[in-house]
Amino acid sequence: MLSKILLLIGITMMYSTPLVFGALGGVISERSGVVNIGIEGMMTVGAFAAAAVSYFTGNPWLGLLAAGAAGGAIALLHAIASVTFKADQTISGIAINFIGPGLALFFCRLMFSKATMTPPAKTLPKIFGEDFFQGSPAGNLNVDVTVVLALVCAAVMWYFLYKTKWGLRVLSVGEHPAAADTLGINVSRTRYLCVLVSGVLAGFGGASMTLAIISQFTPTAISGQGFIALAAVIFGKWTPFGAYGACLLFGFAQALTIVLGGGDYAVPSQILAMLPYVLTIIVLIFFVGRSVAPKADGVPYEKGQR
Amino acid sequence: MEVSSDYAVQMHGITKMFGSFCALNNVHLDVKKGTIHAILGENGAGKSTLMNVLYGLYQADAGEIFLNGEKVNIKNPNIAIEHGIGMVHQHFMLVENFTVTQNIILGNEVTNRFGLLNMKKAREEILEIVRKYGLEVDPDAKIEDISVGMQQRVEILKALYRGVDLLILDEPTAVLTPQEIDDLIQIMHNLISDGKTIIIITHKLKEIKASADVCTIIRRGEYVDTVPVADVDEEELATKMVGHAVQLVVEKTPAKPGDVVFEIDNLTVKDERKLDAVKNLSLKVRKGEIVGIAGIDGNGQKELVEAITNLTKAESGTIKINGVEIQNTTPHNVIDHKISTIHEDRQKRGLVLPFTVAENMVIEKYRERPYSKGGMLNSSEILAFTKGLIKEYDIRPENCENQAARGLSGGNQQKVIIAREISNEPDLLIAVQPTRGLDVGAIEYVHKTLIRERDKGRAILLISLELDEVMNVADTIAVIYAGSIVSTFKQGEVDENTVGLLMAGGKINENVG
Repeated sequence: MLSKILLLIGITMMYSTPLVFGALGGVISERSGVVNIGIEGMMTVGAFAAAAVSYFTGNPWLGLLAAGAAGGAIALLHAIASVTFKADQTISGIAINFIGPGLALFFCRLMFSKATMTPPAKTLPKIFGEDFFQGSPAGNLNVDVTVVLALVCAAVMWYFLYKTKWGLRVLSVGEHPAAADTLGINVSRTRYLCVLVSGVLAGFGGASMTLAIISQFTPTAISGQGFIALAAVIFGKWTPFGAYGACLLFGFAQALTIVLGGGDYAVPSQILAMLPYVLTIIVLIFFVGRSVAPKADGVPYEKGQR
Repeated sequence: MEVSSDYAVQMHGITKMFGSFCALNNVHLDVKKGTIHAILGENGAGKSTLMNVLYGLYQADAGEIFLNGEKVNIKNPNIAIEHGIGMVHQHFMLVENFTVTQNIILGNEVTNRFGLLNMKKAREEILEIVRKYGLEVDPDAKIEDISVGMQQRVEILKALYRGVDLLILDEPTAVLTPQEIDDLIQIMHNLISDGKTIIIITHKLKEIKASADVCTIIRRGEYVDTVPVADVDEEELATKMVGHAVQLVVEKTPAKPGDVVFEIDNLTVKDERKLDAVKNLSLKVRKGEIVGIAGIDGNGQKELVEAITNLTKAESGTIKINGVEIQNTTPHNVIDHKISTIHEDRQKRGLVLPFTVAENMVIEKYRERPYSKGGMLNSSEILAFTKGLIKEYDIRPENCENQAARGLSGGNQQKVIIAREISNEPDLLIAVQPTRGLDVGAIEYVHKTLIRERDKGRAILLISLELDEVMNVADTIAVIYAGSIVSTFKQGEVDENTVGLLMAGGKINENVG
C-alpha cells in the first residue's frame, strides 16, 4: 500500500512537470498581456528538439537547451505576429499549434529516415542517481531532475514578478500598457521578452516529456498538455505557484489513470485516459468566470489615439 | 514674445497636422514661472494636442519650444520627464490592481543594486511628499478601492515623485465633486507656493476663474488670446472660446408636471461583483418634468440604467411605465413600452460605429413596417426616414445617411442618437450623460432639445455626473449615493454645495429649503 502511495506521488510529480513548465510559460506571457495558446505547439517542438539533440550528441542536457531554444524560436513568431503586427493573438496561437507539430514531424522524418518517431534518446538523470534507492519503495520518490527544475523555475518566477522592479513592470504592461508607456517603460520590448521566455519554458516542458518520461519523441508525445497547462494558468489565477498547484492536480489525475489502470481495478482504460481532460473541462467551467485575467491580456497595444 | 528665463514654458509658432487636418496652426503659449496658467478651448480646439506636443507624445510640424529660456527638442515623454515636466492625463494612467505606492514608483523604482524592490523606503519617500503638499492618500490602498479624487492625487504624486517643476493637468475637474475640486485648487496653490508651475487644460470657465492666474484661449487650432484671469468675466471667456456670444444659463419656463408615468419602487440591483449597487431605490417621474439624478460615478447610476433598460436583472422591486411592470423582461419590451434611452457611451452602446447613419437610425425599428417587409429591409423607406431626421436635427455633414457613423463628430453622433430615440415618441426619455465630451454649442443644443421634449409632455430622466448640468436642466433634482436616492429637491430649492455634500455621502445638518 505504501509503495502504491509513493508510486502515485512519484508519478504525479513526473507527469505534472511538463505541465508546470508550460503553465509557467503561460503565466509570464499572459502577465505581460499576450495570450499564448500556442504553448502546445511550442512544447511539441521542444519535445522533438530535445529527443533529437540528445540522441545525436548523447548529452540530454544539450537536448534540454535545444528544446528551450526551439521553443523560443517558435515563440518569436508569435511575438512578431502579436506584438509587432498586432495580430489576433488567438489566431496566431492556433497557427503555432499547427506549425509546431508539423515542423517536429517534418524534421523527424527528414532526420530519422522517414520515421515518425525518434529512436530512444539518453534521458536526464534522476535527482538521486539511478541506483540510490535500489529496490526500496522510496525509489518511487527518486524523481527526474526536471521535477526540481520546474519547482525552481516557479520560485524564480514568483520572486521575479513580485519582488523585483522588472516584475512590477511586466505586471503593469499586462494590466495597463498605456500607463506603463507614459512612465517610459517599453511595452513592446517587455512583451517580446516575456513571450520568448514563455516559449523557452514551453520548450523545457516538451523536453521534460521526451527526456524524462518517455525517452523518445513520438507524434503523440505532447497530446493536449499545452492546453491543460493553459487551464492551469487560469485555475492558478495567473500566479506562478497557483499554476504550479493546478498542475499538480492535473498531474495527479494523470497518475491516477496510470496507477488505477495498472491491474487490480476493473476500470476501463479508455475511461481513465479521459480523466485529465475531463478534469480540465470541469476546472474551466467552475473557475474561468471567477478568476480575473490581467486586464490587457490579449489586447494589442496601440500607442496614442490618432 | 521674447524668450526669457522668467518663463517656465514658451511655445512659439506651434503647428501640428494630422494628415490634411490642421490641429494646431501657429499657436503661441508663454507660461510664467510659479503661475497657474489655464488653456481654454472647446473639445477638439487643440488644447490637448498642444500639451501632448509639450509632453513629447506628438512632434510638432513647425515651431519652437523653450523651457526656462532654453530651446529644447522633446522627442518623447522620457525627455519631457527629464526636463521636469509631468502630465496628469484626463483618463488616469493607473494600474487598478496595484497599490498607490506601486503605481507611483513604477518605472522609477526604489531598489537595491540587484533590482530588488525596497517598498519600505519607497513608502517613506511618498509619505514625505504627501505631507509636504497636503495630498492625503493611503500609500498601501489599491487603486480600485479608492475614489476618483484620490486617484487623481496619486497621478499628481506620480509627477511630484519624479521631481517635476511643471505640472500639466488635463481636464482635472471633469470627474470630481465640488468639494474635491476645492481640495484640488488648494493643492494647486500649495504647489505654486513651493515654486512649481501648473498648466491646466479645461473648458470649465468657473474653475479658471477660481484657480488660474492667466488664461490662453485656443479655437479650432488657432491662437485667440492670452488674458489675465482677474480682468475678464466668464461671459467674455466663453465668447472668446466659442467665437460668438453664448448663453451659459439654460433658458426654460417652469415645468408643468402632469401624472406620474414612470415609477421605480424599492429597486435593488446587483453589480458584477454581486454586491448591491442599487439599494431599495424609489423614484417617480411625471409627465412634462425633467428629473435629474446627481451623483458621483459609481454610486449605482450605471446599474440603475441597466436595470430599467433590462440589460441587467433587478433583484427585487418594481419598475413601472404607465402602470405596467417592465422589470426583468427584455430590452425590446422596454422600447415597446415607450421608454427610450440615450446611453452614456455613444460609441459603445448608442451606435454601431461601422454601420451607416441610416442603419443606426432604424436599429430599434427595422423589424417594423415600413422599414422592412417579410424579412427584407426596405432601404428607400429607411433612407427617406433618415434624411428627414438629418434635416430636422441638423446633423452634419448633410447627406451623411450612407456614411459610417464612425466618421461623424461626437456632437453629430449624439444628434443621431437623440434623433433616433425621440423619433420613437417615448413617454419616458432617459438621458445618461447626454453631453459628455461635447462642446459648448452642442451642449446647448442637447439641453434645449431635452427641454423642448419636456414641454411636449414627455417625462425625462436625466442622469449626469456633471452637477452643473443637473442643477441647470432638471426640474427635480434627486441625489444618488451608494445606490439610493438620499434626497430630492425642486430646482432652485437647493444650492450646488449642498447637493455636492450629499453626493459625497454627507448629511445636511440644518433644514434646507
